[in-house]
Amino acid sequence: MSGWQGYFSDLWQYLQDWIPELLQAAGNTLKMAVFAFLLAATFGLVIALARLSRSRLVSRTAAVYVELVRGAPALTLLFLIYFGLPSAGIVLPAFQAAVIGLGLNGAAYVSEIYRAGIGGIDRGQREAAQAIGMTYPKVMGYIILPQAARIVLPPLGNYAIGLLKDTSVASLIGAPELTLRARDLSSEYFMPMEIYLVSGAMYFAMAAPLAAIVRWLERRLRRGR
Amino acid sequence: MLPDIVAVLLRAAVTTIEITLGGLAVALVLGLLIALLRRSHVRIVAVLGGIYVEVFRCVPVLVQLFIIYFGLGELGLRLAPLTAAILGFGLNGAAYLAEIYRSGIEAVHKGQFEAAAAIGMTRGQAMWWIVLPQAVRIALPPIGNYGVGLLKDSSIAVAVAAPEITFAATNLINETYLSTQIYLVMALIYISMSLPLSYAVRSLEARSSRGRAR
Amino acid sequence: MQSQQTQANETARPIVQIVKLQKDFGPVRVLDGIDLSVAKGEKVTLIGPSGSGKTTLLRCINYLEVPTSGHVYVAGQLLGEQLEGGAYRRLSDREISRMRAQIGMVFQTFNLFPHLTVQQNICIGPTKVLRQPPAEAKALALQLLEKVGLADKLLAYPDQLSGGQRQRVAIARALAMRPQLMLFDEATSSLDPELVGEVLAVMRQLAREGMTMIIVTHEMGFAEEVSDRVIFMDKGAIVETGPPHELFQHPRHPRTRDFLSAVLQKKPYR
Repeated sequence: MSGWQGYFSDLWQYLQDWIPELLQAAGNTLKMAVFAFLLAATFGLVIALARLSRSRLVSRTAAVYVELVRGAPALTLLFLIYFGLPSAGIVLPAFQAAVIGLGLNGAAYVSEIYRAGIGGIDRGQREAAQAIGMTYPKVMGYIILPQAARIVLPPLGNYAIGLLKDTSVASLIGAPELTLRARDLSSEYFMPMEIYLVSGAMYFAMAAPLAAIVRWLERRLRRGR
Repeated sequence: MLPDIVAVLLRAAVTTIEITLGGLAVALVLGLLIALLRRSHVRIVAVLGGIYVEVFRCVPVLVQLFIIYFGLGELGLRLAPLTAAILGFGLNGAAYLAEIYRSGIEAVHKGQFEAAAAIGMTRGQAMWWIVLPQAVRIALPPIGNYGVGLLKDSSIAVAVAAPEITFAATNLINETYLSTQIYLVMALIYISMSLPLSYAVRSLEARSSRGRAR
Repeated sequence: MQSQQTQANETARPIVQIVKLQKDFGPVRVLDGIDLSVAKGEKVTLIGPSGSGKTTLLRCINYLEVPTSGHVYVAGQLLGEQLEGGAYRRLSDREISRMRAQIGMVFQTFNLFPHLTVQQNICIGPTKVLRQPPAEAKALALQLLEKVGLADKLLAYPDQLSGGQRQRVAIARALAMRPQLMLFDEATSSLDPELVGEVLAVMRQLAREGMTMIIVTHEMGFAEEVSDRVIFMDKGAIVETGPPHELFQHPRHPRTRDFLSAVLQKKPYR
């Protein structure tokens, strides 16, 4: 059956062309995900603390930010930043726009994770710490935050996995990552099924180990509760 | 100008809702099937179910849409964008809902299985009449959250030219060059759809944690 | 219809026969070679410290626990497995379920179905498992509810009932299947003290009506009153068995004595 043989030998050739390119693009995907995660994790902490602020204005503003940003799709935010900001004079390259957009969007979700983490700790813990004379920063640093960190890690891990997948959406604003490169390749080779399957496998190879780690983490942390 | 923009986008919102409801419907049924398959005593079946969930949850939904729309097209099966979107979100959603169903079933008190067995019900009867009705009630808030998420994810269908909100907005911008304004209106429409739904799910969460069965 | 001899044989054949029953949970041996036989209409009570295996033994009788080795016969039929050509084949879920329908069980945690009304709780077994017509099942449900004193709760949901009421509904639910015997797994242990009496009253009446009952309980006074035989278990084995007044007043084995003196000091009957 030379038809099938021909197909597979061609495919083998093509794969050797595609895979290095896709791998390089996958590196961009990872970079984008890491930067966006860092932005989301830090800005999310800021928002979470802002919501705990005693100033009504500060906590309300933070709450409104969270509701608005979570209410719209991440893609909308990316479009606004990449296509909309230029009319205000701010022109960002697609990669940076994607990192900022995904980071700002993620911060809203992450702030909720932090809030749940801090709120999930028995109030008695704080009172007990204060009763033995710890000041507020010490209470936070030695008692509350370490416990909150354990509650927060699995959801943060799951968020990271979701973020890794969401970077694919940045292809729609032309950011250089894995899905965009796959898209370019498929219009070049007219073999979308094969190419997208390969890129899908690459995403799987990145996300599945992370998912396994998060599950292991969840099991470990559940034991010491 | 503005009223026309809003009108166009609102009409596209109907497609957004179609994608959301259609995808959700497929995911609800297929997800239940997969959740039950994962509990099968036949090893192969359970493992296959597990693989399905892992694969569909570890690959971006955009890539899945591309595979269904462009990939199947290469093989000769050309689907309409709306169909491809519903199918794609449905298959993807089934993996997430299978996990939600699984949590729901595991949350049902083990004594319920035993009581059903004690009055002579088979595993299938116990699942259908006793456990699933309770599991679904427990699973409603997470399912609701998933639905709201799907409403927002439907924007990804712009990539396969499904005539939903983001697609309509992009076309409008190509015609009018009013990008910021149109994207802001688009954002507002999404927010005005998803926020009430979020609140509804949150109040459902509060209510169901009150009246829990024992 | 039946000859006197066949009838005599049937009354002579034990309802429950347990042969060399062994149950391991991983490395832990919970039941260590139990032999037990319960006659029709007999009331047997299992007592013993926690971990003695009495609940596990009870749950083996309706195959909620699968024995590691040994056999359980109910009404002459081997439970959970079938002898085919010299080897034992594990029975299918459907076949096991059919046998379970003849055995009634009442749980410590009641396990009523919370999404169903009292009536539906009682009727679902007869209608879905025994395939009786709904009207017939409903009539039976009403009859049983009257028997346990809860006829007015027909349309209530379990979360509207007190613990004692729930357990009485659970008993009615088990009786609706017209079982050949009833298993009680610490039926009153989860109840507030003032609610225990109403459940014991129902159990007492069942006993009077001739139902075969195997009871795991801490209510020693009730055990003495109702049982034909009391079995003391410890560490997975039967230590001592005998008529209640004999076992409670004159325990022979030192472990039995220790257990009884520890327990009887604490709990006054009623």
